[in-house]
Amino acid sequence: MDIGQFIRRSEYEWEIAPRGAMRVPAIIYANEPLIRAMDQKVYEQVVNVAALPGIVKASYAMPDAHWGYGFPIGGVAAFDPDQGGVVSAGGVGFDISCGVRCLHTGLVKDDILPVQKALADILYHKIPAGLGSTGAIHLNVAEMEAMLTGGARWAVERGWGEPADLERIEEGGQMKGAKPDNVSEHAKKRQRDEMGTLGSGNHYLEVQEVTAVFDRTIADTFGLKRGDIVVMIHCGSRGLGHQIGTEFLKRMVIAAEQHGITLPDRELACAPINSDVGEEYLGAMRAAINCALANRQILTHLVRESFAHLLPKAKLPLIYDVSHNTCKVEDHVMDGKPRRLYVHRKGATRAFGPGHPDIPEALRSAGQPVLIGGSMGTGSYVLAGTKEAETRSFSSACHGAGRAMSRHQAFRTWKGRQVIDELAARGIYIRSPSSRGVAEEAPGAYKDVSAVVDAAEQAGLARKVARVEPLVCVKG
Amino acid sequence: MATARWEHFAHEADMGVRGIGATKEEAFAQAALALMAVITDPVTVAANEAVTIECQAPDDELLFADWLNALVYEMATRKMLFSRFEVRIANGALTATAWGERTDPARHRPAVEIKGATYTALKVARENGAWVAQTVVDV
Repeated sequence: MDIGQFIRRSEYEWEIAPRGAMRVPAIIYANEPLIRAMDQKVYEQVVNVAALPGIVKASYAMPDAHWGYGFPIGGVAAFDPDQGGVVSAGGVGFDISCGVRCLHTGLVKDDILPVQKALADILYHKIPAGLGSTGAIHLNVAEMEAMLTGGARWAVERGWGEPADLERIEEGGQMKGAKPDNVSEHAKKRQRDEMGTLGSGNHYLEVQEVTAVFDRTIADTFGLKRGDIVVMIHCGSRGLGHQIGTEFLKRMVIAAEQHGITLPDRELACAPINSDVGEEYLGAMRAAINCALANRQILTHLVRESFAHLLPKAKLPLIYDVSHNTCKVEDHVMDGKPRRLYVHRKGATRAFGPGHPDIPEALRSAGQPVLIGGSMGTGSYVLAGTKEAETRSFSSACHGAGRAMSRHQAFRTWKGRQVIDELAARGIYIRSPSSRGVAEEAPGAYKDVSAVVDAAEQAGLARKVARVEPLVCVKG
Repeated sequence: MATARWEHFAHEADMGVRGIGATKEEAFAQAALALMAVITDPVTVAANEAVTIECQAPDDELLFADWLNALVYEMATRKMLFSRFEVRIANGALTATAWGERTDPARHRPAVEIKGATYTALKVARENGAWVAQTVVDV
C-alpha cells in the first residue's frame, strides 16, 4: 500500500481519518515494510468496517492483516448495542472460533529425537486430517446438543481430557449463551462425523521445540524454557461453524436491508445486535465456539494417547487455548467509563493484559497467553497480552503470519514432495494426505512471522515470550 | 458463441472460482467445475452417482453463492466429489443435477476442503457476449 494514504501516528500506528460514510477512524498497526507489503484491499476493508452502525472508537487491523471477506483478516471492531451496534457473520468468519492451543509435554528435544519419525506416524494415524476424514465420535441428537452447550467441559466430562484443562481455556472451556436450537439441522448434519478432526488448509498439529525465550519471567509463569517440547493445535469449529457462517451471511444480507443498513460490500452483512437475526446468530455462533473448544479438546486427548504410546513419561498439561475468529461481549473502559461492547476479532487474538480477571489465576500476573501460528517450516510464537493493548486495540493482537502468496501461485511454485523432502532434511517431518495441499502451504507462501510478531510487540499489543520451531507437522 | 470454460483467480488467502458460458446455467455449471478443481483434478472423479440440488435466492448473485454452498454441503455430508453438472434456472430458483462419486483420499488426493462460498468478488453478469459467474471460496 502507498503509505501516503495514512496519517502516521507513530512508527507502528497508521491512521485513516473518518471520511465519507466512516463513523470512526481506521487504524492499522504495522511497521513500514509490513504496511507497504499489505494489499490495498486491507485499506478498503478496514475503511468499510469503520462505516458500520454502532462501531466504537476505531476499526483496527493487526500487523498480519490481509485481504479477507468484508472484514480484513486481522480485523478488530467493537460495537455498542445501545448505539445501534451490529453483529456481523462475516466479521467472525466461516471458521467460527478457529484457534490455537498449546500443550506442554514435560520433554526435551533429546527425548523426542529417537522416536521422532514414529511420533510423526502415530500422530498422523491417530488424528483424522484432510477432506473426507472422519472422527471416531459420532453424535446423536442429545449428545450434539450437550456438546454445543458444554464445549470443552462436555468433552472432559466424556473422558477426553482432565478437569484441569478447563481453566486454561478461554471462557473456562464453555461459552455461555449458546443456543443449540439456533443451529440448523444442516449445520448439525455437517458436523455429525467431524468431531475430533483437524480439517485442512492452514490447520495443523505440530510438535515444536522452544528455541528462544525473550521474557524469562513470563515464560516461567507459562512453564516454558528453552529446549522444552510443546504441541500446538490449530483448528476450529469444522463443518458446523462453516455452515452457520454460510447461512447467516445470507440472512444478514437480507436483514441489513430490512434495517436500512447500507452495505458497501455484501460480505459485511450484519444485523443489529438487538434484533431477532442478531440474537439468533449470537446464540448459534456461541454454540459453534463450544464446538471448536470441544474439537480441540478431543484432539488434545488423541495427542495424549499418541504420546502415551511412545513416550509414557510425557504428561501434556494444557498451557492455553485461544480463539481468533469470534464476537465476544466484553467490558472495556472508554473515556473513564466501563462500556459493554461486542468485540469482533476476525483473525485476531484476544490479548488481555496482566491482572485481567478473565485470565486464569496462575497466569494472571503475566497477561493472557497469545499463541501465534507461523508456517510449517519456520516457527511460531508465544506472546503475552499487555495493559497498553486495552487502549490500543480492545486488548487484541495478531494471530499468525498471513499469506504472502495465493494458493494458486504457491501450487505453481512448489511441488509438495520437494517441500516435504527439504523440510525432512532440516529435521522437520511433515505428514499430510495431500502433496498439493503441502505445496499450497509451503513455508515460502507465508509472510515472515517474526516480522509480524516484532511489529505487534513494538506497537505495544503483546510481549514476545518464546519462539518455537517445528519437529513434526501433521497437515490436513 | 462463448466457449464454456472455468478458471481460478487469485485471492490473497484463498481462491477465486469463475465459470464462463453461453448461458447463465452453463456459467454456473462451469463454476462448479472450478470449485471441484480447488480440491482435486475433476478428471479423476467418476460421474457415477447423481444428486439433485435445489436453491432459491432473491437475486442471481445470491443464487450463485447458494449453488456453490449447496455443493459444499453435499460434498461434506455425502463425502462425495462431483465432476458433471446440469443446471436449470427459472424465476430465481435453481434446480440441478450433480454427478460424482464417493471421495477416495488415496486416489483423489484432495488438496483442501472448502468451508464455504463467500460474497467477495461475487458477480453474475453478461460480459462480451458471455455469462460470467464468479466468487471467492474460503478454504
